[in-house]
Amino acid sequence: MLSKYDVTIGLEVHVELATKSKIFCGCSTAFGAKPNTHTCPVCIGMPGSLPVLNKKVLEYAMAVGLATNCDITRFSKFDRKNYFYPDNPQNYQISQLYMPICRNGFVEINTCAGNKKIGIHEIHMEEDAGKLIHDEITGNSYVDYNRSGVPLIEIVTEPDMSSEVEVVTFLEKLRLIIQYLEASDCKLNEGSMRVDVNLSVKKRGETELGTRTEMKNLNSFKAITRAIENEALRQIKLLEKGEKIQLETRRWDDVKGESYSMRSKEDARDYRYFPEPDIMPIVISNEWINDIKYKQPELRDEKMQRYIREYSIPKYDADIITSIKHMTVIFEKAVELGGNPKKVSNYLMGETMRLLKERNMEAEDISFSPVNLVKLIKLVDEGVINGTTAKEVFEKIFNEDIEPIEYVEKNNLKMQSDESWLQTVIEQVIAANNQSVCDYKNGKERALGFLIGQIMKETKGKANPAVVKKLLLENL
Amino acid sequence: MKKRISNETIEYIGILSKLELDETEKEQAVSDIEMMLDFFDKMSELDTEDVAPMSHPMANNNVFREDVVTNGDMREDMLKNAPMVLDGMFGVPKTFG
Ligand SMILES: [Zn+2]
Repeated sequence: MLSKYDVTIGLEVHVELATKSKIFCGCSTAFGAKPNTHTCPVCIGMPGSLPVLNKKVLEYAMAVGLATNCDITRFSKFDRKNYFYPDNPQNYQISQLYMPICRNGFVEINTCAGNKKIGIHEIHMEEDAGKLIHDEITGNSYVDYNRSGVPLIEIVTEPDMSSEVEVVTFLEKLRLIIQYLEASDCKLNEGSMRVDVNLSVKKRGETELGTRTEMKNLNSFKAITRAIENEALRQIKLLEKGEKIQLETRRWDDVKGESYSMRSKEDARDYRYFPEPDIMPIVISNEWINDIKYKQPELRDEKMQRYIREYSIPKYDADIITSIKHMTVIFEKAVELGGNPKKVSNYLMGETMRLLKERNMEAEDISFSPVNLVKLIKLVDEGVINGTTAKEVFEKIFNEDIEPIEYVEKNNLKMQSDESWLQTVIEQVIAANNQSVCDYKNGKERALGFLIGQIMKETKGKANPAVVKKLLLENL
Repeated sequence: MKKRISNETIEYIGILSKLELDETEKEQAVSDIEMMLDFFDKMSELDTEDVAPMSHPMANNNVFREDVVTNGDMREDMLKNAPMVLDGMFGVPKTFG
């Protein structure tokens, strides 16, 4: 049944920009403040207030446009999108409809099906809305306008994707580009990146696209994947039953693993867009575009090449570290503090990745100080602690950002090389493991490893493995 | 004066504007809008062959502010006009997204 149909997907991606102040006023954009403490007459929509465009918003939008191969619109302006809703205090949202800042771009993705260009239809700038909280007890709703006027860009793709794999690959690449530009942290779970999926299906071979639905409330790549699989199947089942697809907006419920209709587009709101008279038009010169290009931060490919060249780490390492922007920040800081690049890389690719996966954490949530990682590496290099202990201490650093030198001292974790003490332990282990000693003498190399393991265990992992091996061989 | 605004249109404009209009008000609104449309017709008589389309009423462009936080906590003032206040938030009738 599935193989008889083609799936067509286009995306609308909202990204909150990393400016310090809002798009049209001098209020802070900092997350998590007390309700309405970041508001002023402009962002609560008082009559007579005058919005003025934050230049940084425009520059971030241009930077994202240039990095996604868009044409920059030389004469751009804002429009009003009219609708009544309490989270929108002016009763209109200042957005761009007729002359968006960027148009006609693309992002190239690579999947097992090969390379593919995903078209960017446009990127426009707009303001975010406030937050509505519903109170069951009083039966009222309450509004916090701290988020009202936080700058957004909306990236609208062409309907060029045909599977959830392509969608996630595209989004991961887009997110990385924006993170490298430092235009946003793009956290799906905190809403600084929001993805709406437009999806339709058609019988294979048909040229005309089917009726599409728009899916909202997708807070993770996993949710996006599940929602796409679910929605494609829902539409195909309806068509198989001879039913029609409704043009509508649906909301994904990730707990239930299903979506439900929010409102039909047929009685869609009439937004009555018209030119925004308060914001002056924007004229962009060649010099300005060149300046934005010149100031563009190092993107992933450049960084990867530089890591290989400057720090002599393998391509494999450079590839993994640069796949997460936050990882590159930690890596560069640690190297700057004197950490050996390859050793820092090993901790990031190995233990750090393992712990992230184990705890279901995002790399952005890493909170340890690079200086503590550098100190740990030094403790191993100087022979103060052995590898086993280092692994244990690193987990402490990862969890609580402890200072390793003091920690090792306090918990008595220093590597033990005292031969007379080790000799006693070795004699005990030999006495208790006659069979293994015998096996070793009969040529079973593996038995030696077992005996060393037993000795390490007896010394709570603190023994110097080189000394242990030397003494053990002398004893056998 | 031509009659161009139907009853349905004025009802729809009322809904979009969140206004409840009685019959007299509807009639008044229809005649006001018809007058505006007549005025547009009058303007359409002008020869604009050589006039470039205007997309904004002001001649200025590139008016920006720098990305600097200049406002502090003005919550008390901002809430002065709120119809209802709870925990520093604006209270409104029950609304669902
Ligand atoms: Zn404000």
